[in-house]
Amino acid sequence: MRKVAIYGKGGIGKSTTTQNTVAGLVELGRKVMVVGCDPKADSTRLLLGGLAQKSVLDTLREEGEDVELDDIRKQGYGGTWCVESGGPEPGVGCAGRGIITSINMLESLGAYEESEELDYAFYDVLGDVVCGGFAMPIRDGKAQEIYIVVSGEMMAMYAANNISKGIMKFAQSGDVRLGGLICNSRAVDNEQEMIEEFAKKLGTQMIYFVPRHNDVQRAEINRKTVIEWKPEVTQADAYRGLARAIDENKNFVVPTPLEIEELEQLLMNYGLMEAA
Amino acid sequence: MLLRHTPTEITKRKALTINPAKTCQPIGAMYASLGIHGCLPHSHGSQGCCAYHRSTLTRHYKEPISAGTSSFTEGASVFGGQANMLQAINNIFTVYNPEVIAIHTTCLSETIGDDLPQIKKKAEREGKIPEGKHVISASTPSYAGSHVTGFSSMVKSMAMMAEPTGRKNGKVNIIPGWVEPADMEELKRLTSLIGVKTILFPDTSGVLNGPLSGEYKMFPEGGTTVAELKSTGDSRGTLALGEWCSADAARWLDTKHKVPCSVLDMPFGLKATDRFIDALRTIAGVNIPEEIMHERGQLVDMISDMHQYLYGKKVALVGDPDQLIAMTEFLVSMDMCPIHVVTGTPGKKFEKRIRELTRDMGCEVNVKAKGDMFLLHQWIKNKPVDLIIGNTYCKYIARDEDLPYVRWGFPILDRQGHQYFPTVGYKGGLRLLEKILGVLLDRKDRDDPEEKFELVL
Repeated sequence: MRKVAIYGKGGIGKSTTTQNTVAGLVELGRKVMVVGCDPKADSTRLLLGGLAQKSVLDTLREEGEDVELDDIRKQGYGGTWCVESGGPEPGVGCAGRGIITSINMLESLGAYEESEELDYAFYDVLGDVVCGGFAMPIRDGKAQEIYIVVSGEMMAMYAANNISKGIMKFAQSGDVRLGGLICNSRAVDNEQEMIEEFAKKLGTQMIYFVPRHNDVQRAEINRKTVIEWKPEVTQADAYRGLARAIDENKNFVVPTPLEIEELEQLLMNYGLMEAA
Repeated sequence: MLLRHTPTEITKRKALTINPAKTCQPIGAMYASLGIHGCLPHSHGSQGCCAYHRSTLTRHYKEPISAGTSSFTEGASVFGGQANMLQAINNIFTVYNPEVIAIHTTCLSETIGDDLPQIKKKAEREGKIPEGKHVISASTPSYAGSHVTGFSSMVKSMAMMAEPTGRKNGKVNIIPGWVEPADMEELKRLTSLIGVKTILFPDTSGVLNGPLSGEYKMFPEGGTTVAELKSTGDSRGTLALGEWCSADAARWLDTKHKVPCSVLDMPFGLKATDRFIDALRTIAGVNIPEEIMHERGQLVDMISDMHQYLYGKKVALVGDPDQLIAMTEFLVSMDMCPIHVVTGTPGKKFEKRIRELTRDMGCEVNVKAKGDMFLLHQWIKNKPVDLIIGNTYCKYIARDEDLPYVRWGFPILDRQGHQYFPTVGYKGGLRLLEKILGVLLDRKDRDDPEEKFELVL
């Protein structure tokens, strides 16, 4: 089984990209489990057709420690297993600890056992690596490959660079590696070239360029992945392409994060090219 | 009446615990690691945690407990405790030079998500762990489980030191669970009488019940050695005593290194000791030695001689799951009635097991896992008992309800002897029985009217 974690700046489209890609992997015949590590618990909405999943932590709170696997996972599109870690309401408690608790619980309940015959486990992780809890999915023995969702916007690249620092720390002692950057286009100037260059400087690759298209939004309104909603549209093919690229990926590295000046220079070089 | 505010009427409580029947996970982890020879326990958290765990163990065992702490400050809480831990490993090996550092986490380091295996690898890579020395770690957040969970996790980490060579060592691993140093000594005596070569881990005998010799030794002679722990992977099998304390480690050795395990109850009382001795006999392929048969006979004799004073006596029990299961069976086997049984440690299996053991007892049983002493007290008020058995905290209930009381379990902070006289095995059973009869008959002598006051009982 390949364990994959998806990181990236808040609002960049991690959950959307993850679920659409998972739908693509399902078409390739893969058995996938998606673990949402976001207190908002909206990482599996498109696969389940709505916010239909009771989160691990809600279950824990209401039913105590005697939880069973079927209480916390639900089958979604194409037989994918969907789990939402959940967490506290905004402003209270510790969301990071929530992730540690729920991943430990999934392990002890045997969600990753060979008998489950999973090809992939995807962790969809909230925002930046902000505390130890959010790094839980990339601890030794957990996810081995990371993809960072990024766009050509400064803050998204800044976050990606920061996440790379986290990966570098864990890669030193474990076998976690960066598998590449997924560019979720915001249609900024020279986006593809800039992210390709950024990826190169990080020592990795831009594994796929997902073009911006309103069909993603339309599918979301219908609570579906693009592939399920309208399998024939071009955006569905884009996600199929991304799924295939991940499925065939062999390029796993320890990233080399950039200094801030270097990052800003990169942005200036590509951003100014157009303006000049 | 120190507990005069405890109401008889039981109202449903969901979130509130009053007078808990458990303590912190790291206390268990620290006790387990003291059963490794030459081991310095280390608490990865703020100083207060470490001070509390050390002092609780000292109050119970009446021995100095040395342990290190990562001494978290505001900075460490924000930036993570890695730097403190690395510095600590370096300092400890430089200054105290133990064989093993056994690190456990605390609530704080768990919550901020410090990853001990990762920190250990970093220390290894940076050459902070000298050749031939070891660092093991266990994750012990106190907001989950209890001191028993912490003990079990550290014992599992000890099992993870196994390095199989492929050549069998002809020994049997025995994981005794959280018992007194004297009990560990007694287990070793029994196994050697039967002629089974064993690796007992953890083994706190000689560590926490040592003599006063005038000379301070930071690392006493006792404890399971690193060589023995490494060798556990080559053993013929593992006997784990107690599902809660010992089973995880034994199962890990079974899964990982194919060392077959069986999980038995802790050998307190007649029947549980019978099963333990029988397991050893089967492994050794010998008849039970006369000496052990003799001890068993003595226990059976005392039970039958004194049966009239035991029969039908109602008992309230509080403590840890493995101990309570064995004690319940022991009491039931002597026609006593353990009618209230509480542990603070979670686990629904516990309630099920106690119900099975008391099914044919003929009176109703109140049993609760994740319960507290407040509830036990309320149960006693509603249905009085003739005897209470538990740790030192029971003295408040015993005093208020004027109950005969036997101290047994952890912690015992106000009486001595538990470190030196075992309660496991047949000899231990005799001692338990002596204590139980002692308090019951003292009570009889106190309360009997003059015309019934007997010289001979």
